[in-house]
Amino acid sequence: MNARHLINYSLHLADNALVLGHRNSEWTGHGPILEQDIALSNIALDLIGQARYLYQYAARLMNAGERPAVPGGPVAGAAGSPVTEDQLAYLRDSWDFRNCLLVEQANGDWGTTVLRQFLFSAYQYYFYRELRESRDGELSAIAEKSLKEVTYHLRWSSEWVIRLGDGTEESHARMEKAVDQLWMYTGELFLPADYEQSLAPLGIAVDLAQVQPLWTTRVQEVLKEATLTVPNAVAQKGGKQGRHTEQLGYLLAEMQFLQRAYPGCEW
Amino acid sequence: MESTKTIWSLLETVHDPEVPVLSIVDLGIVRDVRMADGHPEIVITPTYSGCPAMDVIRMNIRMVLLEHGYTDIQLSTVLSPAWTTDWMSEKGKQQLKAYGIAPPTPVPIVCDLGLFQPNEAIACPHCGSYHTAMISEFGSTACKALYRCEDCREPFDYFKCH
Repeated sequence: MNARHLINYSLHLADNALVLGHRNSEWTGHGPILEQDIALSNIALDLIGQARYLYQYAARLMNAGERPAVPGGPVAGAAGSPVTEDQLAYLRDSWDFRNCLLVEQANGDWGTTVLRQFLFSAYQYYFYRELRESRDGELSAIAEKSLKEVTYHLRWSSEWVIRLGDGTEESHARMEKAVDQLWMYTGELFLPADYEQSLAPLGIAVDLAQVQPLWTTRVQEVLKEATLTVPNAVAQKGGKQGRHTEQLGYLLAEMQFLQRAYPGCEW
Repeated sequence: MESTKTIWSLLETVHDPEVPVLSIVDLGIVRDVRMADGHPEIVITPTYSGCPAMDVIRMNIRMVLLEHGYTDIQLSTVLSPAWTTDWMSEKGKQQLKAYGIAPPTPVPIVCDLGLFQPNEAIACPHCGSYHTAMISEFGSTACKALYRCEDCREPFDYFKCH
């Protein structure tokens, strides 16, 4: 097995969780009501926690092998010093990030944010259920832990999509607009990158073809209940290979500012 | 054997900073304690992945053991099997209730995907009434939900099933 593929796969999963966690954290202090502000901040915390396990694992793999194992990445500080989870989160640039395009999209209004969460939580739920069976013990343990948290996220976001979609004229119109904006980024979730194609037959990575029908059923059920229509849209792709929308650069500029301005800063 | 017993009793004095009434042993996050050449090895598991208390708990474990003369303390984390509220001790549940936090119910009924489920019947830790309503599924920390008692009108935290 190619160690590089496993590192990239772990980074892909970590980047998905970190980027969405960071997007959600932008709502902290700005939520429409206090309870939902707290709910989304808790979801952000769960996702950032999951990202940490995955970055720690990627860092261990990188430190065990010959470096530089990751494309685009003189991510370590001085030559010879070990790679850390913080370097992976704060010192890689946008072309090194392997997250799906969906998670980096801007928050927009509350409806867009909960729809983005719903589309991704539905994916993460069925994805982690499969990853629990991974032959990689570390990934399987992270999936087992994360699945419990994602169950809450999926239920919470499903209810919000229904509440707003089948709500007032105004909330319905906004949700229709949000579906139109985000739907084009959902196709990429099921397009395997080279590291997935290489690891899936080995029973390490999830076979996305197993996840897609489950996701589709769940998403269609909820959108139908929410009286929302599913658009036809060409799938945008590239995030898993490091080709991102403009949105990610702005996100990283804010998220990484402190570590780039004051390297190694702790408080 | 005797020495791991001492470590366990020291860990009884380390508390969850967010729920100070609960020791980490009663919370059920200490998975194993071993001794290797007089140096303690402790295995813990997180409640929630993003629980910010975990870093503080790790630090407090080290502080307590260092104060008692132990050095080269090994702390490791395991994720599987994942923590559930079943790992919490009966004593811990009683302590939570006395502190004003409703303890997790023995049979988890909302840990699935069903939408708009009726609220679990949670007894108010202040007056004991079951006439309570959920305000938010996510409370002041990831492990708690926010409830209100319709009888005594007090809000309270519920340590939700997980």
